[in-house]
Amino acid sequence: MNIHEYQAKQLLSQYGVAVPAGEPCKTVDQAKAAAEKLFAAGHKLAVIKSQIHAGGRGKGTFKHGFQGGVKLAKSVADAVTYADNMLGKTLVTKQTGPDGRVVSTVLIAAAEDIKKEFYLAVLLDRANSLPLIMASTEGGVDIEEVAEKHPEKIIKEHIDPSMGFQPWQGRKIAAALGLKGDLAGQAAKMFAGVYKTWWECDASMVEINPLCICVGADGKEKLVAVDAKIGLDDNALYRHKNIQEMRDLAEEAPLEIEASKFNLNYIKLDGSIACLVNGAGLAMSTMDIIQHYGGNPANFLDVGGGASKEQVTAAFKIILSDPYVKGILVNIFGGIMDCNVIATGIVAAVKETGLKLPLVVRLEGNNVVAGKKTLAESGLTLITGDSMADAAQKVVKAVGQ
Amino acid sequence: MAILVTPTTKVLVQGITGSFGAKHTQLSLAYGSLIVAGVTPGKGGQLFENTVPIFDTVGEAARQTGATASAIFVPPPFAADAILEAIDAGLDLVVCITEGIPVNDMVKVKRAMQGSKTRLIGPNCPGIVTPGTGPDSHGGCRIGIAPGYIHKKGNIGVVSRSGTLTYEAVWQLTSRGVGQSTCVGIGGDPVNGTSHLDVIKLFNDDPETHGIIMIGEIGGSAEEEAAAWIKANCKKPVAGFIAGATAPPGRRMGHAGAIVSGGKGTAAAKIAAFQDAGIGIAQTPSEMADTLLKMM
Repeated sequence: MNIHEYQAKQLLSQYGVAVPAGEPCKTVDQAKAAAEKLFAAGHKLAVIKSQIHAGGRGKGTFKHGFQGGVKLAKSVADAVTYADNMLGKTLVTKQTGPDGRVVSTVLIAAAEDIKKEFYLAVLLDRANSLPLIMASTEGGVDIEEVAEKHPEKIIKEHIDPSMGFQPWQGRKIAAALGLKGDLAGQAAKMFAGVYKTWWECDASMVEINPLCICVGADGKEKLVAVDAKIGLDDNALYRHKNIQEMRDLAEEAPLEIEASKFNLNYIKLDGSIACLVNGAGLAMSTMDIIQHYGGNPANFLDVGGGASKEQVTAAFKIILSDPYVKGILVNIFGGIMDCNVIATGIVAAVKETGLKLPLVVRLEGNNVVAGKKTLAESGLTLITGDSMADAAQKVVKAVGQ
Repeated sequence: MAILVTPTTKVLVQGITGSFGAKHTQLSLAYGSLIVAGVTPGKGGQLFENTVPIFDTVGEAARQTGATASAIFVPPPFAADAILEAIDAGLDLVVCITEGIPVNDMVKVKRAMQGSKTRLIGPNCPGIVTPGTGPDSHGGCRIGIAPGYIHKKGNIGVVSRSGTLTYEAVWQLTSRGVGQSTCVGIGGDPVNGTSHLDVIKLFNDDPETHGIIMIGEIGGSAEEEAAAWIKANCKKPVAGFIAGATAPPGRRMGHAGAIVSGGKGTAAAKIAAFQDAGIGIAQTPSEMADTLLKMM
């Protein structure tokens, strides 16, 4: 699960990580009050940031023509104008696709006086199953590009999960970033807080880009997490009630939300051939084989190992709600699952949804003879495939006609 | 010889009284596997299906029955603890079927396993099958949830991150009259106990295994690591398939570990590594068995 920047900053600040003063606002009135508070506290500039689960906000464009999903305001009046142009409007960035996302919250925060930008992230290193802290002096830019062109500029430090983050590791990373004196001490503490956020919240990734040296009103330098992104491990959400409440359904595709209600794993793609498969690996490779034979998959859909008739019907309804779908491929390897139960589910679903599109079914495995008989005797005009390759070629052909 | 388990391996089941564990224990018993004990805390002293003794702890079950392997069907919040208990009991092999274990729980388990003699397979996997010699491969060792009857005793090793793709490969082999030495599902999670490479090394050393099918998918770099080792060391023909070429970046495709992130873990990179290592590439999942058989 992903959360918004303001939510990520709330979690980080609970672990002692310094973030700019500010608050999330859902209305222009709230935005006005938040901006007034910041300017009254002596801040000279405020930043108004659209809260959506996609990057490229600063360079994005709103559908009504307003430029930029992140704006600097010199006055309360500016802040109100910007908030008014963002709230309830649709922001299109290079990561949102052409449909864009509706901005329902803006973060109004103090714009810090930034001296230098760093990059900091905590993630799992899959190669050795250890937590990894990555840091770089190249902050505020695309870190993947830095990793590719200047791998020497990426500092990597693994953490022993049985001991947790150690103070000497904080000093080591701070020194590698060239931080000295009081800033080095601040940095070591901050790294410990960021690691703790990652570990205790069961995050899949915590990314602070940029992490900045800022000059405070008192003229002193301090380290601040100016932007933050957190992804969370879905499998661990059950033990974090506070984080579950951060889920923003408006950021998820409606069909995917509908599918999750039936324990179906569905991801919408932009092709025309829908697929319904049991097992994640088989579902992925069903998409692949559709493309291999010249078609385009409309979705990933794993109905799981023990799909019921209700789940199969729900799956058909979800597939058919996608207006781009021109044909359906059902690919089931029923190892333990009874193929006849699946066949009965398919027949019921086709009748209930009044399916008109071409349907190709490939069944294999347990009780497959009875399953094929059920399909044959159903009176439905469906096409059967003997193997995955056969079925994929048939559905591509049927959709092409 | 097969790898990891043989028809004489004694197996205990953690979570034997849950509906999922009970169903697959019945299927393993029907397949002829030696399920000698169950473990459900609080139900020690009872019998499963009037035959298999249930114990409160893994240690007790292992001591009293001589079980050396475990199948874990414990729900996700308690599964990591169940693995740690099995490691403490000194079992040779622990196969964790459970899907949905928090990643950080597995990071801790992985750290705790350093220096232990136990091998963990999974989690989030279909388990292991070493086929038997009876009809429909009856009499083999089945630990987990794979359908036993699709197997046939023989000389091909299969290793995969995906359950249904393993069945697909096994069925293609069996339908062509070609049997398997052992089939291992290593699981679809980002942190797992045994990698492709670990299993490939075992197959390479197993005189009964003459060829290998390796099935991978997007996410991580375990396939690339296995490919590099195969290129330098493997004496046997290997055919491979990678799932997820059409998966959009940044999305988890069902398996927690099946995600392309930051441009890493793509199907294209894995296929290139396979090609470089001389692994036969199945262009589609329908061609996994035929690709290997052409190489042998």
